[in-house]
Amino acid sequence: MTAAVPIVTEPDLEAPPESTAAVAKKKLSSPMASVAALIIAVLWTIPTFGLFLSSFRPEAAIKRTGWWTFFTDPQMTLDNYRAVFDDETGVNLGNFFINSLVICIPSVLIPLALASLAAYAFAWINFRGKNFLFLAIFALQIVPLQVTLIPLLTIFVKVDISGTYWALWLAHSTFALPLAIYLLHNFMREIPAGLIEAARVDGAGHVAIFFRVMLPLLTPALAAFGIFQFLWVWNDLLVALVFVGGGDDVAPLTLQLANLTGTRGTAWHLLASGTFVSIIVPVTVFLLLQRYFVRGLLAGSVKG
Amino acid sequence: MFGHSGSSRSRVALAGALSVGLAFSLTACGGDKKDDSSGSTDTATSSIDCAQFSQFGDLKGKTVSVYTGIVTPEDAPQKKSYEPFEQCTGVTVKYEGDKSFETQILVRARAGNPPDVAYVPQPGLLKQLVETGKAVEAPAEVATNVDKWFGKDWKAYGTVAGKFYAAPLGANVKSLVWYSPKEFADKGYTVPTTLDQLKELSDKIAATGSKPWCAGIGSGDATGWPVTDWVEDFMLRLSGPEAYDKWVNHEIPFNGAESTAAWNAVGDYLKNDKYVNGGLGDVKSIAGTTFQDAGLQILEGTCSLHRQASFYAANFPAKTKIAEDGEIYAFYLPGKDATSKPVLGGGEFVLAFADRPEVKAFQYFLSTDTWANLKAKASSGWVSANKGLKVENLTNPIDQLSAKILQDPSAQFRFDGSDMMPAAIGSNAFWKQATAWISGQDTTTTVNNIETAWPK
Repeated sequence: MTAAVPIVTEPDLEAPPESTAAVAKKKLSSPMASVAALIIAVLWTIPTFGLFLSSFRPEAAIKRTGWWTFFTDPQMTLDNYRAVFDDETGVNLGNFFINSLVICIPSVLIPLALASLAAYAFAWINFRGKNFLFLAIFALQIVPLQVTLIPLLTIFVKVDISGTYWALWLAHSTFALPLAIYLLHNFMREIPAGLIEAARVDGAGHVAIFFRVMLPLLTPALAAFGIFQFLWVWNDLLVALVFVGGGDDVAPLTLQLANLTGTRGTAWHLLASGTFVSIIVPVTVFLLLQRYFVRGLLAGSVKG
Repeated sequence: MFGHSGSSRSRVALAGALSVGLAFSLTACGGDKKDDSSGSTDTATSSIDCAQFSQFGDLKGKTVSVYTGIVTPEDAPQKKSYEPFEQCTGVTVKYEGDKSFETQILVRARAGNPPDVAYVPQPGLLKQLVETGKAVEAPAEVATNVDKWFGKDWKAYGTVAGKFYAAPLGANVKSLVWYSPKEFADKGYTVPTTLDQLKELSDKIAATGSKPWCAGIGSGDATGWPVTDWVEDFMLRLSGPEAYDKWVNHEIPFNGAESTAAWNAVGDYLKNDKYVNGGLGDVKSIAGTTFQDAGLQILEGTCSLHRQASFYAANFPAKTKIAEDGEIYAFYLPGKDATSKPVLGGGEFVLAFADRPEVKAFQYFLSTDTWANLKAKASSGWVSANKGLKVENLTNPIDQLSAKILQDPSAQFRFDGSDMMPAAIGSNAFWKQATAWISGQDTTTTVNNIETAWPK
């Protein structure tokens, strides 16, 4: 563990010349910038806020008037939330909530585990054809997943796993791997070679280096990619539709959300409460891990 | 590895997430239990004759998968109506409802992953599915049932290239005009029985200073489809069912005299500033109003008439009394004269992709009058063209009206034409040109544009 702790130096006594980052920081924290940020934040929040108010308004009010009438005619009800958890209306989001979690967690962990190992090999192990392989994986990012849907489904049907969680786990992992390997590889390349050499001198093999040097340093990158992947899988409808269809046993929340409005879209007043139920988990994940998010986003793009 | 997040905010968030998750899983478990108990205590459903399934052999423990675009809340009565079949045969029916059915079924059929049974809502899609080569013909037992319980026109819609594939399931009636019986009684209006009377009624209401009709054609990607229903209804009324069939199959041109007459007749209503758009604005407001919202104006008292299909009943708030003596009801969009009864409508067809005995038995069950009546008792907002369906078993007055219209011996049923025209027309040019037409484009340009777009 000790090898992983970066050396912290005391700050110089003399004020260093202002770096570009400091200049940028100063400009971005000026009052004007704050006002602009505030305006953008308000503009971006208004629709969500309106949706939030709508989710508490009675059906007739939602269907006839806009959410802003709430201020002149405040009517509150929890009926919409009750309806989306109600077995009688057939929309029990609760079951699908569990399905979504069962789909999401392995779909995040599998690519993270595979990609960090692969990225390590690409970054620090020399083998023949490494550059070609890496290029191939990098190039795979530009293949849109839509073109793979039918071929992949045909394979899943042949090995008889279509309509099960396995199809989704494998599909999501496959789609995530190119970007994950690329991101983590860039992050790992930036770790000073001296650190690896020092560990090697101390007698660490690849396994020890990976687990005791790399993983602790990788945390922000792993977290950032984890959030990305989690949000993507949680919000995914297309992949789930193609590989598992509409069965109640495995279908994710998004599928039921799409079906929520009814066969002919007549129950659209339930959409607001339905989306707020589905939003809870991604928002929580984001709040918990947001500080890694920014750090990880910069991974591989900015040195220093 | 993300363990060192010690700030109080993230702890609160974590606690929140965990408790919400827990609450959901509890509701989920609670829901399951409730399902089980209602399933086991329900004894009213085991009243059907189980002997009719013995011809298919012992089916205990088998599963039939159903894939359909019928989702909540209409899926609950569907599932409920299968219970007697499941009890009789021991077959489990696995129901998958999915609103993107129409695209997904093609993907699944092509990838070799079709369900056992699919409920196909359009004859055009049925044809495409049969062309994938994965569909199987309906068994003889089902064909016999369809001959017995359904009209010839219905059987024809389930037939592709001379082979009978799919028995009809549900149906809906599009030739309906929604109105307020209370308003009609208060103001002394009477339900019209001919097209001329409909016109007189509209003029009478317009003379009072209010706009008689309200309409909306907004529907996302499908904006414009309600106009196509109007045009089809008038095509059927002004030129008759034979000309209608030719028009749908493009044996007469889309910009011919019959078609133009139908468009103009619709224009007399929808593009008439005296008639529209009650409570919503002028003619152009039709394009900007969603079809779900337009008819609600009747409840507001700002509009008297709204032409829309039977399924529109679900759009009114749950407490609205929909009945002949209630706040809302509908009348049959009259024919040219009181004796001709053309009916425009839609429906689903049961297409099978497997010929295992349990699948055949299920198809057989769905094509019987037994099922139609079971389903009628379980649901609201549903009818079938099955002649064995007893009108009194339907719970909802609109369904009873629809069933009466469908079962009328003089009724001439025609399937929604835009569902049968090539996709380039039926779900593209027809909708788009209809929207342009409402927004001010003249009739001649509109019909010419659609004619040009027709695939050669």
